[in-house]
Amino acid sequence: MLMETKKLTKRFGGLTAVNDVDFTIEKGKINAIIGPNGAGKSTFFNLLSGTYIPSEGQVFYKGQDITKRPPDKIARLGVARTFQTNHLFEESTVLDNVIVGHRLRTSSNLWDAVFRTRRFKFEEKKCRDKAMEVLDFVELTHVMDEPAGSITQEEKKRVAFALALATDPEVVFLDEPTAGINPGETEGLASLMEKMVQRGITVCLIEHKMKMIMKLADKIMVLNYGEKIAEGTSEEIMNNQAVIEAYLGGGASA
Amino acid sequence: MVSLLRNRGWLIGFIAAGVLFPFVLPNAYFLHILTLAFIWMIAVYGLNLLAGYTGYLSLAHAGFFAVGAYGLGLLTVKTGMNYWIALLLACVITSALGLVVGLVSLRTREHFFAIYTLCVGYIIYLIIDKWDSLTGGVRGLIGIPEPSNIGPISFQTPISQYYLIFAFLLLTILIMYRIVHSLTGRTFIAIRNSEDLARTLGISTMKNKLMVFVLTAFFAGLAGALYASFIRFIGPDIGYITIIFDLLTYLLVGGIGTLAGPIVGTFLIVALSQSLQFLQDYRMLIFGPLLTLLIIFYPRGIVGAYHDWRLKRKDAQRTRPQKEQEYFETEEETEKQVKEG
Repeated sequence: MLMETKKLTKRFGGLTAVNDVDFTIEKGKINAIIGPNGAGKSTFFNLLSGTYIPSEGQVFYKGQDITKRPPDKIARLGVARTFQTNHLFEESTVLDNVIVGHRLRTSSNLWDAVFRTRRFKFEEKKCRDKAMEVLDFVELTHVMDEPAGSITQEEKKRVAFALALATDPEVVFLDEPTAGINPGETEGLASLMEKMVQRGITVCLIEHKMKMIMKLADKIMVLNYGEKIAEGTSEEIMNNQAVIEAYLGGGASA
Repeated sequence: MVSLLRNRGWLIGFIAAGVLFPFVLPNAYFLHILTLAFIWMIAVYGLNLLAGYTGYLSLAHAGFFAVGAYGLGLLTVKTGMNYWIALLLACVITSALGLVVGLVSLRTREHFFAIYTLCVGYIIYLIIDKWDSLTGGVRGLIGIPEPSNIGPISFQTPISQYYLIFAFLLLTILIMYRIVHSLTGRTFIAIRNSEDLARTLGISTMKNKLMVFVLTAFFAGLAGALYASFIRFIGPDIGYITIIFDLLTYLLVGGIGTLAGPIVGTFLIVALSQSLQFLQDYRMLIFGPLLTLLIIFYPRGIVGAYHDWRLKRKDAQRTRPQKEQEYFETEEETEKQVKEG
C-alpha cells in the first residue's frame, strides 16, 4: 500500500463533492477511479495531490500523514499528476516544455543563474538529460525540437506524461489521460501506462473508457455522488449491482 | 551554435549602435532623449520579467521608480552621502518595499493583482506628494548631484552619463538574458503557463513570485535612481499613474515576454512621440488606435510578431515540397476535368 485515504470528505459550501471515502492505492499496480460525470473523481484527485485541503479525513503517503501539505511539497515526496487539459507552452519546443519537470530535484537559484556557476551548468545538464530520458520513454524523441503547439493531441498527452515522469515520481495520477483521442491512440497510451508500472511506478487514473479500464486496471474504485459505491477487481466491479444501477439508472434490471 | 549567434545578433547590433551613436550623431538633444530612453528600458526590463515571464501585471512599478528616485535624491541631498552608496541604498530600499508589497499583493491573481498594485502605486505617489517635510511635496527635490567620480572617470559631461547609463542597461539585459535562459527562468515561465501545474511539479510558486517581484522592484528602483541623478530634479509626478502606463505601452508595443521587446518598444515610442511633438497632446489620437490595433493583431508586440513570422517561414520551408506536389496534383485534376468536360 502506497497511499491511503481515511474518511476523506470535501465540501464546497452546501455541496459534498467527496464523502467519507476510504481508498488504498496499491504499490506497483494500476489503480483506477471511475464513476459518472460529477461523481467527484477530479475532486478526489485534487485532495490526494494537495490542490484542495480536505474538509475532513486524512491522506497518508507511505504511512506519513500528508493531509495538509501544499502540492509542491507533496510533489517532492514523489507524487506526480497530469491534468485533463494540457498546460503546455505552445511556442516553446517539446523538449523545453519538459525540462522544467525536473526542477524540483535541483537547487540552483537566481545567483547561480546570473553568475553561471558550476552548479548551474551541472543542473541544467541534469534537467536536460532527464527530459531527453523521459521523452524517450514516452516515445516522443522524434518531435523533441518541434514547437509544442504543432504536435498532435495524442502527442500532447504524452508530453504531459513526460512532464509528470520528469519529477522522478513513485506514483503518477492521470486525470482522464485518453480523453479526446481515438481508439488506436488510446491503446498506445494504455501500453505506455503498463510500461510505467513495469518501471516500478504506481499508476492511478480517472477514466471514462470502460473497455480499456476493465482490461488495464488491477484495482477499481467506483464513485457516485461523492461516495464510494464499489471497490475491487474488474470482474467484481462488472458484476456489482450498485455499479450497474449507477451507470444505467436506478430502475433498470441488468 | 550558429542559431545562438543569430538569436543574439540583435543584441550585438544594439551594442554597436549604442556605442557608436554619440560619434555618428553628436547632437546634445538626441543624446539626452536616448539616455532617458535607456533609463526607461531598464524599468521596462524589470516589468517584463514580472508581467511577461511570470504572468503578473504589476501597476505599482511607477511607484517603485519614484521610491528609487527619491531614495537617491534624499540620501544625497539631505545626508550628503556618497553617490554610489546612495545608489545602492536606494535600490535596497525599493527592493525591501517590493518585498512587503509582494508579500500581500501576490496572494491575489490576475485583475485583482493589477488593481491592488495600481492602488499601491497611487498610494506611493500620494505619500511623496503630501509628505512635504521629507520630499518637498509638489515643489520637488532639486540639486541632486551627478554620479561622483570612479577613480579617474568622471560623469560630468552628457556623453559620459550616456555611457554610464548605457552600461547599466547592458548589465540589466545580461542579467535578464541569464535569468530567462536558466532553470530559474523556466520556473517563472512555468508559473505563467499554469500555476496549478507548476505547483504539482514541485515548484513553490509563492517563493518564486516573491523573488521576481523583489527583483523587478530593484530594477524599477535602479531606473528611478539613475533618472534622479540624470535629470537632477524630481517631482512627485514621476510616481504618477501615467508613468506606469507609459512603461506598459513600451512593453506591449515591443513585445511582452520577449527579450528584445523592451528595447524595440521603448525606442520606437520615444522616437515617435519626439518626432510628433508638434502635435502636442493630439499625439494620443494617433497612439491610441495604433496601440489597440497592435494588441488585437499582435498580442505579443513587434518582437513577438517577428518570432511568429520566422516560425511560420520555417514551417513553410519544411512543408513546401509537399505543398508543391499537391499543387501539381490539383492542376492535373483540373486538366482532367477540362478534358472530360
